[in-house]
Amino acid sequence: MSDYAFYLWGSYSVTFLLLLLEIVFVLKRKREAKA
Amino acid sequence: MNTTVRWFRFSSPQTFFPLAGTIARWCALGAVPLAVAGLYVGFLVAPTDAQQGEVYRIIYIHVPAAWMSMFIYLVMALWAALGLAFNTRLSGMMASALAPTGALFTFIALWTGSLWGRPTWGTYWVWDARLTSELILLFLYLGFIALQAAIDDPRRADRAGALLAIVGAVNIPIIHYSVVWWNTLHQGASVSVTKGASMQSQMLTGMLLMALAFWMYSIAVTLVRVRCIIKEREG
Repeated sequence: MSDYAFYLWGSYSVTFLLLLLEIVFVLKRKREAKA
Repeated sequence: MNTTVRWFRFSSPQTFFPLAGTIARWCALGAVPLAVAGLYVGFLVAPTDAQQGEVYRIIYIHVPAAWMSMFIYLVMALWAALGLAFNTRLSGMMASALAPTGALFTFIALWTGSLWGRPTWGTYWVWDARLTSELILLFLYLGFIALQAAIDDPRRADRAGALLAIVGAVNIPIIHYSVVWWNTLHQGASVSVTKGASMQSQMLTGMLLMALAFWMYSIAVTLVRVRCIIKEREG
């Protein structure tokens, strides 16, 4: 696993970080739309 | 006949608003266990690949993200076409709500593909037909978002965006068949509707679970976003 750790975790970490960021932005927009 | 009438009722943004909220909640709840199950099967059940070793496990996000990038574009183009044909307000709103998530999955497909390409092909990027057409898809999404943002009147922005979305849909079959039509470094399809799957069953299960999780996630996020757009435009 160690030989490929950068590629594997680089893929998973960026993917889940971006999905999380999208959720944060959408929820922020939802709060602003309600206000 | 009555059923048809009831379905058309939901083409009104105000009627669709509560339905979108209910569907979004259920899909968000469904996405989490599906992702956990997909990652469990992908990392702890599926065996190590004989040729690629552990790095092949990028497949559990790369392939579902690539599928979503193309599928979301087709749905976006369909909504855009419906908007142009029937002049329905909800169609443009749905197309606008789908674009950011589609762009995100396109970027994820390119990013993970690049990180998978380095250890297996020896390069992060190559200008072959599959990679280039997927990059064009990202530009189409970004172009759609930028075009809509540049026009103040939302209905005019919807119509302009719809034209771009419909014309850009020609890129989807190009992406799909690029590995057949041209000699590419990218491998052919591992899963085919007509030929079935050419991969080990546990690997396939993990990949399909992750695809379902991404699907549920996309529906949930898109429907929450379309509710925001309805609120912003119509109060």
